[in-house]
Amino acid sequence: MAKELVLREGEVDVSQIVPINRQRVSDKFHAYCKKPGSFTMLILILLATAITLGAVLWILLYTAIQGFANFRFELFAWEHTSSNVSMMPALINTLTIAFFSLIMAGVVGIFAAIFMVEYAKSTNVFVKIVRIAAETLAGIPSIVYGIFGMIFFVRMLGWGNTLLGGAITMAMMIMPLIMRTTEEALKAVPDSFREGSFALGAGKLRTIFRIILPAAVPGIISGIILGLGRVVGETMALVYTAGATLDPAYPSGLMQSGSTLTVYLYALINEGNDFLGEAWAVATVLIILTVIINGLAEFIGNKLKKEY
Amino acid sequence: MQQQAQAAAEESVAKIHVGAAVREVGMKVIFAIAAVIFVAAVLVICIYLFARAIPGVSEIGWINFFFGEDWALGMDLFGIGTLIVGTCLSTVGALVVGVPIGLLTAVFMAFYCPRWLYKFLKPLTNILAGIPSIVYGYFGLKVVIPLVRNAFGGAGFNLITSSLVLGVMILPTIISITENSLRAVPKSYYEGSLALGATKERAIFRTMFPAASSGVMTAIILGVGRAIGETAAITLLCGNIAQFPTSLTDPFVTLASAISSGMGYSSGLRLEALVGCAAVLFVFVLIITVLIMLLKKKAR
Repeated sequence: MAKELVLREGEVDVSQIVPINRQRVSDKFHAYCKKPGSFTMLILILLATAITLGAVLWILLYTAIQGFANFRFELFAWEHTSSNVSMMPALINTLTIAFFSLIMAGVVGIFAAIFMVEYAKSTNVFVKIVRIAAETLAGIPSIVYGIFGMIFFVRMLGWGNTLLGGAITMAMMIMPLIMRTTEEALKAVPDSFREGSFALGAGKLRTIFRIILPAAVPGIISGIILGLGRVVGETMALVYTAGATLDPAYPSGLMQSGSTLTVYLYALINEGNDFLGEAWAVATVLIILTVIINGLAEFIGNKLKKEY
Repeated sequence: MQQQAQAAAEESVAKIHVGAAVREVGMKVIFAIAAVIFVAAVLVICIYLFARAIPGVSEIGWINFFFGEDWALGMDLFGIGTLIVGTCLSTVGALVVGVPIGLLTAVFMAFYCPRWLYKFLKPLTNILAGIPSIVYGYFGLKVVIPLVRNAFGGAGFNLITSSLVLGVMILPTIISITENSLRAVPKSYYEGSLALGATKERAIFRTMFPAASSGVMTAIILGVGRAIGETAAITLLCGNIAQFPTSLTDPFVTLASAISSGMGYSSGLRLEALVGCAAVLFVFVLIITVLIMLLKKKAR
């Protein structure tokens, strides 16, 4: 004979509670109705995500639609003239500056990361100073780099606007990024690799170059590709160092000026209403480059990463 | 004969050892030099900025420079009071837009997001971080400004526009760092909170957020860092009028955009005033860096 269940004040009939893994949507909804505060937060969370997603898609799709509407093959003609408004020289300048700044920042960033991870103790004062320096470099706004590049390379060394000045300025900007990603990649290599190599009689240098660096390559490369993304997207640090012009030509050397794609877009926008369509096309090319670079960095960082 | 051979062998072994030792030490020095380059870069930037800025600012007068309300390079007026206020206002505006949306989106990505959506959402926020700021500026100029103009009147070059665009620009920074720090909180905190009868939202906002607070603060401060120095987009959107904005629809100017729009005049004292603005921005960034280092120390 089942006893009638009598609940005293403050007691709950446990058999009425639906276990969390058996709850259906309607159960969850009823639960939320009893907790309006939680329900509001849930709505806000969903709303915020929708806004983020909406903003990204709006910017990407609007720019792409405008860009493709204004797309002409002449925009990619090899030589820039005032009638075809080609962005090809600017694209090549972007790649040139990216190439040289990545080489400089890559060597310095990777070597510094090796020093920080493999040689120095983390309690060392010098290590702390380097870390503060790297954080500072990473935080300096690009316009400050631009001003610095202008007073140092353009005026003081008397170079004028040069690709090399722009590339060195960019290298200073992306060094911290490459150092940080390389450090993370080096730290992810298990210590047993190092111990095994030492046990086989290899020296520290051989261990680093033959064992640790090869194992850390995917992380390092994805850092370098992210650095490439920074260079491709940079405007203000390059306007006053490498120079901005509406009719970019191919520079004959590193000591010549040349505007990159973003700087060219900046010049087109500042020109007023004459080049609106061309500006959308350049913006679209920049966004496509961003998507490709991000995708590559993610692919190399994740897919090629080995689990130890 | 045998002794000679042995001596020769020992000598060559010693040579190899010496060679290896030289190479080991040499490379260590080279690695250390690479690390020194970081410190040298910061020092060089520091020295050249302040060496140009300090004499110029002394000539203008420190009080005139920092508290002067008139900024017009063409007329040799060098007061950056309005610029500093403009920088602060646009940063606060960006935070008002970016922080709530960013934090809540990070919560969604860490606790609610189904796997198929995450595969799509995560790369999209990374792309948002990678879009060049000049593209944001052009989008703001051609799309957001007309909308704001229609909704609020005025020319559209104002705090509302710049806050909306800058808010979206700092979203990816805030989202990714907040998400990572929420994921770094031990799962048992969350489960314990649920087991005590909290709803999912209560568990997240009352248990996980306090536990991840230093990460969340770092995310917001990094967002501030990005907003303070943003130039390419804000120059196109702020209207570039050096005044204290009295309403949300007034044009204004920031330190960074004043530098970029004043470069046409750059020589002599005018250049030194611009370098002075850059030095002030640099000091702001130093403060932010120190704050972040302190937070990281606290997190450990």
